[in-house]
Amino acid sequence: MSTVLDQPPVTVPKIHYLNARYNVASWLLTVDHKRIAILYLLTITLFFFLGGAAAVLFRLELMTPEGDLVQPETYNKLFTLHGVIMIFFFLIPSIPAVLGNFLIPIMIGARDLAFPRLNLLSWYLLLIGGLFTIWVMLVGGVDTGWTFYTPYSSTYSNTYVMATGIGIFITGFSSILTGLNFIVTIHKMRAPGMTWYRLPLFVWSNYATSLIMVLGTPVLAITILLVALERGLGIGIFDPKLGGDPVLFQHLFWFYSHPAVYIMVLPAFGVISELIAAFSRNRVFGYRFVAFASLAIAVLGFLVWGHHMFVSGQSVNTGMVFSILSLLIAIPSAIKVFNWTATLYKGTVSFYTPMLYALGFIGLFVIGGMTGLFLACMPIDVHVHDTYFIVAHFHYIMVGGTVMAYLGGIHYWWPKITGRLYPEGWARFSAILVFVGFNLTFFPQFVLGYLGMPRRYWAYPEEWQVLNVMSSAGASILGFAYIFPMLYLFWSLRYGKHASANPWDARGLEWTTSSPPPTENFPITPIVTEGPYAYPGVNPHETH
Amino acid sequence: MPIPESTLTKPTDDHPPVAHHFDDWQQQSDACLLGMWVFLVTEVMFFGGLFTAYMIYRASAPETFAVASRHLNIWLGGTNTVVLLTSSFTMALAVYAANHRQAKNLMLFLVATIVLGLTFMGIKAYEYWDKYQQGLVPIRGLEFETGVLSEHDDGHNGEQIEVPGTGDQPSISQQAVEHGPPFDRGKAQIFYGLYFVMTGVHFLHMVIGIVLLLLFLRPAARGRFTGGDFLPVELMGLYWHFVDIVWIFLFPLLYLIDRSPS
Amino acid sequence: MDSDFALFPKAASTIAPRVDALYVFLVWLTIILTALIAVLIVYYAVKYRRANKVDRTRPATSIWVEIVWILAPLPILLLIFFWGAEVFFAMARPPADTMEFTVVAKQWMWKFQHPTGQREIDTLHIPLGRAIRFKMISQDVIHSMFVPAFRVKQDVLPGRYTTLWFEATEVGEYHLFCAEYCGTKHSAMRGTVTVMTARDYQDWLSGGADQESPAVAGQKIFEQLRCGSCHLGGGSQQRGPALHNVFGAPVKLSDGSTVVADENYLRESIIRPQARVVAGYQPIMPSYAVNFETNEEGLLDLIAYLKAMNEDGSITTEGAAGSAPDDTKKP
Repeated sequence: MSTVLDQPPVTVPKIHYLNARYNVASWLLTVDHKRIAILYLLTITLFFFLGGAAAVLFRLELMTPEGDLVQPETYNKLFTLHGVIMIFFFLIPSIPAVLGNFLIPIMIGARDLAFPRLNLLSWYLLLIGGLFTIWVMLVGGVDTGWTFYTPYSSTYSNTYVMATGIGIFITGFSSILTGLNFIVTIHKMRAPGMTWYRLPLFVWSNYATSLIMVLGTPVLAITILLVALERGLGIGIFDPKLGGDPVLFQHLFWFYSHPAVYIMVLPAFGVISELIAAFSRNRVFGYRFVAFASLAIAVLGFLVWGHHMFVSGQSVNTGMVFSILSLLIAIPSAIKVFNWTATLYKGTVSFYTPMLYALGFIGLFVIGGMTGLFLACMPIDVHVHDTYFIVAHFHYIMVGGTVMAYLGGIHYWWPKITGRLYPEGWARFSAILVFVGFNLTFFPQFVLGYLGMPRRYWAYPEEWQVLNVMSSAGASILGFAYIFPMLYLFWSLRYGKHASANPWDARGLEWTTSSPPPTENFPITPIVTEGPYAYPGVNPHETH
Repeated sequence: MPIPESTLTKPTDDHPPVAHHFDDWQQQSDACLLGMWVFLVTEVMFFGGLFTAYMIYRASAPETFAVASRHLNIWLGGTNTVVLLTSSFTMALAVYAANHRQAKNLMLFLVATIVLGLTFMGIKAYEYWDKYQQGLVPIRGLEFETGVLSEHDDGHNGEQIEVPGTGDQPSISQQAVEHGPPFDRGKAQIFYGLYFVMTGVHFLHMVIGIVLLLLFLRPAARGRFTGGDFLPVELMGLYWHFVDIVWIFLFPLLYLIDRSPS
Repeated sequence: MDSDFALFPKAASTIAPRVDALYVFLVWLTIILTALIAVLIVYYAVKYRRANKVDRTRPATSIWVEIVWILAPLPILLLIFFWGAEVFFAMARPPADTMEFTVVAKQWMWKFQHPTGQREIDTLHIPLGRAIRFKMISQDVIHSMFVPAFRVKQDVLPGRYTTLWFEATEVGEYHLFCAEYCGTKHSAMRGTVTVMTARDYQDWLSGGADQESPAVAGQKIFEQLRCGSCHLGGGSQQRGPALHNVFGAPVKLSDGSTVVADENYLRESIIRPQARVVAGYQPIMPSYAVNFETNEEGLLDLIAYLKAMNEDGSITTEGAAGSAPDDTKKP
């Protein structure tokens, strides 16, 4: 344990949000954003391990080229289960609903989100939608993949597409209401002196995320509704026999689902900005550029959906437009990476677990982002579309990116959330294990993809076994690496050292209140006079 | 300025109690209004997906869409447009009444809005029933009667085309229309599919609106909204106007294609 | 089939080396950029680690730094775009003299037909050094034709023809996959493409029984369905437009617009004849969807006939013979 982390004597607040009340109703009917964040944390952790278990099973299946462990029907249901759970029930809520919920009001000096009851409703919608969907998928199963392409999903699949669609539809409202709540909170609830340019970058990136949630999710909702009507009633919108266009589904679907990638990764950018600043003890270089890069990504993200459809039969010219727009989105992403790197320059760098996750994130995100250029480039996309190259690419973004940032954030704010310190040695070990296991799992998949192995294959030609075994071996390491944090974080709740209000000696309003914070967050409303990263030696004009 | 907790929730003459997490009434009111606007933006995107599908299919078969559209009842649709616009007017008057603390007028206009909304829904339900009678409901299990749509105005039936079958090819005997505009059965069915989904989703929003308005009646009768806190009525008004505006787009797109005498 | 372990796929078409060149360029770009960032991060992180006593006086943020790294990637991105577009155009535009194979995909098999009429399922034999064009349609869900060694892929849609083309450059056997998830046995929907020298291909073709060319088969369907009663005969009595020479020609429609009569338009005119009616004709043609509902091959034959027909309904000589035997180039 380091010197920064030891700051005795620690005064533990007698009454805080965790012990203000104890009964079950005080949790299940709470309107405190911090308690709701805890509810989200428990819920999505459950979902994450369920989705992960499915991944373990199909990685085992892929150890051998023949399909021998499970039947193809089961295999197809497994990867659908994995995709649906991880995307709709883990990644999309992960950082916003847990860390955002907990931190946004505190970071802007508010007592709660603008609509606390709506916030609770959002959690119930996620819980109900999630449990219903998982029940449907475990008992009955769905085999369409998380993309639900028509006409397979609308006409040909014999599995429970409608029920799954209903579950995702319900969960969509959770996402919409969370986004709405964040937007209003950030606009209207800032403490005196908290100007837009004094907002932490985490808040900026969650604001951009909320815009996408609010603008994109309704399109997914109507798309699912149309698939359900097509499947249940046969109204014909996607039916080629009537002249309906199944590719229209893909347009509507990706109009939401490409921006959804940014719902998953933009909050991660926000976390990384906070971590890099805190552990370099420096302001984030080019604060305004980083902030506006988030908004630029949110806007551009709505204009690039067609790059999922270069081989779907759209015209060459359409492809060209989507190609150039997709390439351009690399610029705001690159701005962030360059600025994070520059933040280290002349900082005071320490290597606690959150920083290890942050540095690992940058490395993996650069690879994930650069391979995005491959996919924006049409002739390469033609070859690697629907192969393991795609699988590797989006796991570098979503697992190497979002999950790394999520874990980093959980560790960084763990003392604030629980009032306890986690065991640093174990945490560093796990962070390194996650990094190693992740690369071993997904790097071979880039190679497999360019070799031509299509995704969603239950059996494959035998010459690809070596790479598949490597990937499965990495997955088992990764699986263990994810279990460790759950164990020691749980352990720390009882045995961890008490945390002071500001164990990292970091800046930002969340570190000015006690750990854990009181129910009303601040005894008196704070007045903000400086930017979020006013570390010693930072030019005061540059604190933001 | 630090604001002591004790001053936060005290109601005054000007406004009702402020929720614990807001600094003052102004902030609460602003937050609620912004929240409603953001919600309406999501609604726009929701209907936007349907309008996109409509545009794409209409562009692919404009003549068929025109033919299919002719069989919607323009008089019922037009009446409904007037009814709904009037209901928006009464809703606006309700907001005005609440704002000016006129409890009686508020009740009057809320009830008027509900009655007009129910009228709209009644007419709409009759239209649906009528379309069902004509066999124009494009769902599995019901025969979609394209014959109704392709009937010629002067009652002249087209010539019979006989194509004899040979071997495994079944013979075809189909009614074809002479002199009528081109008519693609599949796209006509899609038109009616879109008609039912678009107006159906709009209908659902009407149902929600009516239920909310009914929930407003009791508190309104007790003067809940006329003591300074007219915010809920204002939010309700925003929602109601939005539902109205959606219809203003739906009516010409569905009923008025190809209605101009050319 | 090469069953050896490999890290890079075989390149066996004219387009493959061009895709690979672009790919290798991007791989190097990724390596250089990732290494640059990694080196900078490690260097800064170590140099400015907390225990190290170094000068930490920070220079003021310069907006020029930001502008430089916003603009610096632009030329690289544009290079990727234009290079990519050039290769993509080559992929999208087949040369003039292609051999046309038809592909009908269904759960879970690939059905091929050679220009000369031979049919194969899940295996395909093609000659070396000829530009080959697939005209593809699905009978059920969306599939995707993917031959990694040729670096080509195209979704196969129900209700609409899509095409792809390639020219094989190396004799051998190559994997063929369905790349778009299509249901339970998606991963079993794969096959083999065998590339042969022109001579071997000829031998292979002549090994099978005598085949009817698609155009001849299509002519039979044309007669069976009595298409001629409206579309042949000429003069003012003819109720439907003449069909010879219609393929590839612009057609004026009843709503005043013009459409090029490609395969998709011909298909639509048979399945949904009222969707886009030719100007000057009454919309009286009934739909023939029911005849082809489970017979996409028949529809492809009929279209092959429409391409090859003369004014009197007979078939042009090349159409009758199929295009492959005569104009296969010498290797």
